[in-house]
Amino acid sequence: MSIPVNRRTFLKTGAATAGGLLIGFYLPERNELAAAATDSKLNAYVHVGSDDFVTLFIHKAEMGQGTVTSLSMLLAEELECDWNKIRTEFPGVSPEYGPYQGVVGSQSIRTSWEPLRRAGATAREMLVEAAAQRWGIDKSRCRAESSEVINTATNARLSYGSLSEVAAKLPRPTAVALKDPSQFRLIGKPTKRLDTHDKVNGRAAFGIDVRVPGMLHAVVERCPVFGGKVAGFDASKSKAIPGVKDVVAISSGVAVIAENTWAAMEGRRVLKVQWDEGAVASISSAGISKDFAEHSQQPGAVARKTGDAAASLAGASKKIEAVYETPFLAHAPMEPLNCVAHVRPDGCEVWASTQGQTAARDIAAKITGLAPEKVQVNTRFMGGGFGRRARSDYVGEAVEVSKALGRPVQLTWSREDDLQQDFYRPAAYARLTAGLDAEGWPVAFSARLICPPFGGLNNGVARTGVEGVVDMLYAIPNILVDYHALDPGIPVSYWRSVGYSQNTFFAESFLDELAAAGGKDPVELRRRLLSNAPRLRTALELAADKAGWGKPLAPGKGRGISVVNNIGSFTAQVAEVSINRGKLRVDRVVCAVDCGYAVNPAGIEQQIRSGIVFGLSAALKGGITIDRGRVQQQNFHQYDVLRMEEMPAIEVHIVPSRNAPGGIGEAGTPGIAPAVANAIFAATGKRVRRLPIRSEDLA
Amino acid sequence: MAVVKFTLNGKPQTVDAVPAMPLLWVLRDTLGLTGTKFGCGMSLCGACTVHINGQPVRSCVTPISTVAGKTVLTIEGLSADASHPIQQAWIEEDVPQCGYCQSGQIMTAAALLAKTARPSDADIDEAMHGNICRCGTYDTIRSAIHRAAEIKRGAGASK
Repeated sequence: MSIPVNRRTFLKTGAATAGGLLIGFYLPERNELAAAATDSKLNAYVHVGSDDFVTLFIHKAEMGQGTVTSLSMLLAEELECDWNKIRTEFPGVSPEYGPYQGVVGSQSIRTSWEPLRRAGATAREMLVEAAAQRWGIDKSRCRAESSEVINTATNARLSYGSLSEVAAKLPRPTAVALKDPSQFRLIGKPTKRLDTHDKVNGRAAFGIDVRVPGMLHAVVERCPVFGGKVAGFDASKSKAIPGVKDVVAISSGVAVIAENTWAAMEGRRVLKVQWDEGAVASISSAGISKDFAEHSQQPGAVARKTGDAAASLAGASKKIEAVYETPFLAHAPMEPLNCVAHVRPDGCEVWASTQGQTAARDIAAKITGLAPEKVQVNTRFMGGGFGRRARSDYVGEAVEVSKALGRPVQLTWSREDDLQQDFYRPAAYARLTAGLDAEGWPVAFSARLICPPFGGLNNGVARTGVEGVVDMLYAIPNILVDYHALDPGIPVSYWRSVGYSQNTFFAESFLDELAAAGGKDPVELRRRLLSNAPRLRTALELAADKAGWGKPLAPGKGRGISVVNNIGSFTAQVAEVSINRGKLRVDRVVCAVDCGYAVNPAGIEQQIRSGIVFGLSAALKGGITIDRGRVQQQNFHQYDVLRMEEMPAIEVHIVPSRNAPGGIGEAGTPGIAPAVANAIFAATGKRVRRLPIRSEDLA
Repeated sequence: MAVVKFTLNGKPQTVDAVPAMPLLWVLRDTLGLTGTKFGCGMSLCGACTVHINGQPVRSCVTPISTVAGKTVLTIEGLSADASHPIQQAWIEEDVPQCGYCQSGQIMTAAALLAKTARPSDADIDEAMHGNICRCGTYDTIRSAIHRAAEIKRGAGASK
């Protein structure tokens, strides 16, 4: 079981050629320490080197959400290793890590919470057993601490490194006890990220930074109309560009391959392609909107039926109706999509910043015809993902080009490619109706939701189209949610917080309308309706309290609140806005989150802030529009995002909890748009019912 | 093709490239200095920021021919050991999340700090406006710039 690794060689060549990415080895002396080390595998997650350095294998991926750090904490907590003597590595795809390796749905902590602590504990027990055997004592007389096993009778110590080779040969314990949370030393403490050092000196290896000997660079010209096909192309001008090596057709378009990325882009600029644009060429945003509106007049597939909303509405003292609409959105991660692939007759290697390692392996296997185990996926840091990198289209393109050329190829998307060829957050439309009783309390709530479906239909309902409304925790006695799956042919997919990203805006804005119509305070109304949802109600009360809800504000300012329960967490936000001469500024956001046990409070705070900024960018500026089947936005000048000077002051408050951890990466995103819209209403009396928020909606 | 000579991270550098080829791609693809990032190609996001003769410049729209005879500093040359006050402050404040934009953020911030010893929030807004971060690290970047100014003043005082 002992695997000798010449670490010095590994470190030198690792980034370019070896399977795993080494990160976090920022102590310069580690190279020296590691020179003669051997590495012993205790299990799929834990290797212990003879130099006492522990390598933790992070089977998920890192796109900024802090997975490398938080999963290391889970392992190290039970492993009892010295936090300053760990390295982390992204392993390849292996059944040891389960049937699907990837980072989607804010699941890393939730799915690793028990297995990774168990993996740490198992490895620790093997090290303890090895020490007990060395000393000839029972292991009950040993304890592990800071990468050492201590003989509790004599206080003698053996380092993990001196035990690892023997420990690796011991049988793996089948049952290990896990610590009670009261014993945690690491979990629950705000912990700095392990990847910071390499992210401030330019050394962090993102997918786009992979350099393989003999590698060429490719870009792809794709049909500007979704679903269009290549009818023919003339590459003569492209091939005249210095550095251009080849031009080949692949399934998504025409690839220009060159000595460097710039030459490939120049070659593409002069490429002539005739397209068969297909049916989507007649589609435009106005038409999609009109289609949504027409369908909203007809009942859809029922997603939730509680009580009898129609009867209750008919008998309600007051009836409120509103229509809401949100646009398509691009993901726009800072690192444009890219992938390096090297297809050989007997195998394929892929280097990618991907949210879906298993999916990347599978698409490469499919294209090459190789068995999946012949495909090696090397995971690199992602410069953002937000759901886009859960798709493997760009991996497939690189594999196709490398297969055609028989050489390693790095395929890079331009920002224009990224914005114009995305799988978008779907545009959506909601027709909402509610009834209030004589005292102004809601008795009926009806939502008709319309958007392109993805992720599968169940009795005509896409979960991704209704989540955020269908699972509202409000105790309203009569609720009807129905859904129209309308697909205009624009590719759609997962975007940070998925269906909640639009449906929470619909539901939480409309709830504010009900509060106003019934003469209720928005916090008081929610508190009452969350009588059966204590965790969400606690978050609501904490956010309202910390934000100073109810305290007077200057004229032109307003506060708005929203709540959401997604990814197993419960989040409330209060936004404070000011409107000066028709210009909106979000001054402050106070967020309270119950995400169960807070593994890394520092990471949670980062992710909540990040999620809020992501949602705020979309609420204030985001919008992809379609004209004749083409996306109209080309680059950041037309798809702007939040900037430094627009950043609100954000406060994050974590509700103490002993519940199993929830997700966090997508918790902050859905609630910010309705919190801001509700704050605008409080400041101006104007109700924002479409996104992004436009200046004409403020006055 | 044209031979272009310039100073890169303190050392003389000669490249033979198409004159219009942006400095960004010369750095990344020709010279293998991948710390400088491609983000937009149109000087819209700041990820590719380097210093040319001490000024922050978007390398994605800087033809290599215009760099002849000049001094270029990239993230790799900012310090040998992440010891620049901006880098130290970035580490103290745990700024990066995905980290992709941070080379550009750091180079822009380092240029600000070189010019303005005690930058105000307004100075930071102005200098950093063009650097996009999709992870939303702006507030920690702001804190880190203030912190870097303190570190730099402290280092200056101790000398």
